[in-house]
Amino acid sequence: MCLAIPARIVELDRDNAVVDAMGNRWRAKTTLLPEAKLGDLVLMHAGFAISLVDEEEARETWQLLAEIADFDQTPNKISG
Amino acid sequence: MLERINKAQGLMDAACKKMGRQINIMEVCGTHTVAIFRSGIKSNLPKQMKLLSGPGCPVCVTDQGYIDIVLQLADRDDLLIATYGDMIRVPGKGGSLETKQTKANIKVVLSSEDALQLAKDNPDKTIVFIAVGFETTAPATAVVVKEAAEENIKNFCILSGHKLVVPAMRALLSEKNNNIDGFLCPGHVSVIIGFGAFAEIVEDFDRPCVVAGFEPLQIIEGLGEICRQLSAGKPELKSIYTAVVTEKGNTAAQKIIDECFEPVDGLWRGLGKIKKSTLQLKDKYSQFDAFKRFDITETPVEDTSGCRCGEVLSGLIEPPQCALFEKSCTPQAPVGPCMVSSEGACAAWFKYGRKRQK
Repeated sequence: MCLAIPARIVELDRDNAVVDAMGNRWRAKTTLLPEAKLGDLVLMHAGFAISLVDEEEARETWQLLAEIADFDQTPNKISG
Repeated sequence: MLERINKAQGLMDAACKKMGRQINIMEVCGTHTVAIFRSGIKSNLPKQMKLLSGPGCPVCVTDQGYIDIVLQLADRDDLLIATYGDMIRVPGKGGSLETKQTKANIKVVLSSEDALQLAKDNPDKTIVFIAVGFETTAPATAVVVKEAAEENIKNFCILSGHKLVVPAMRALLSEKNNNIDGFLCPGHVSVIIGFGAFAEIVEDFDRPCVVAGFEPLQIIEGLGEICRQLSAGKPELKSIYTAVVTEKGNTAAQKIIDECFEPVDGLWRGLGKIKKSTLQLKDKYSQFDAFKRFDITETPVEDTSGCRCGEVLSGLIEPPQCALFEKSCTPQAPVGPCMVSSEGACAAWFKYGRKRQK
């Protein structure tokens, strides 16, 4: 539940943002990260940006999430 | 990458040799639990090394008494219950939010903001937001409580079950029979509280505390670092999740938690009452406190199902040691919360671990 997902701020009006992660867009708040700017990559948790994050870290996490999704959708997984 | 894995494994082997006994490392984060199982790290560790899944999943640590209160509130037709999806399947008295016939409408929300919006959209109902989660999630609740106060939204309140990680770690280490040699500390909780928050564990209990991220290499290197410290006999505080975790954490988030909440003694599943471990709304926000609004108190409930989630959370047993595991308790029909939440140790074991561990 404490998982935070990297996303890019693609719209920002005061602390109301729209963020994008791997093509998924949703409304978010930047109240907890006042320094966040339009275009920044941020870690999102429960609708709030909680930290800035760099490109490399974001890419790695997106890749990991995609792998998890792939794995979960694999019908014949060998591990369980 | 292979070089780094080999180095970490070398550190683990050396620590096992040096200690000459089993080494137990506890992770205190549901996301770590899942990542460890999914990546197969657990089955590739030295034989003498054991990973314990501690109280790191908010759903799992929520006491039965709290769940029963939620179900009681769900029986009122003047209320609307807003909850994160993780909570709806947790069984309590007479079923769960999902299975029980409830008079209140139950809405799953992705954010505390959505819960407040429900209050604005449904002026004839009182919205009770089931506010669970650790320090990562608590600031989001605090923001909307402040917003509700500023906008004078009267039909909104929260049932705070927010928990603090460090008091739980202290409680575990204060148990005489604890077997924890070191902690792999939670990554995203640390984004908020900062890795400096774990200094007291190292100082007061002499246990290594290493904050790591969620990629397999981070976890392996985190475990390697803990083992390096154990071999050297010098427990330290360290963060290897430097991409997002700082020593001080997110001070804006800490400030808003302090403004709205105060830590009080709280009940944890399996761990009992832990001093100053649960966040309660401060007096100035008491009108948004569901406990006060409906005059309810959380009381300990004796669990007679035979579920051993409490011992799993304390690192005393592994899920297969529970008689219910895989038999009467499965992800489809969970008895205990560690099987309900996908981040729970029992669910992770069921999903990823069964064939590997046998």
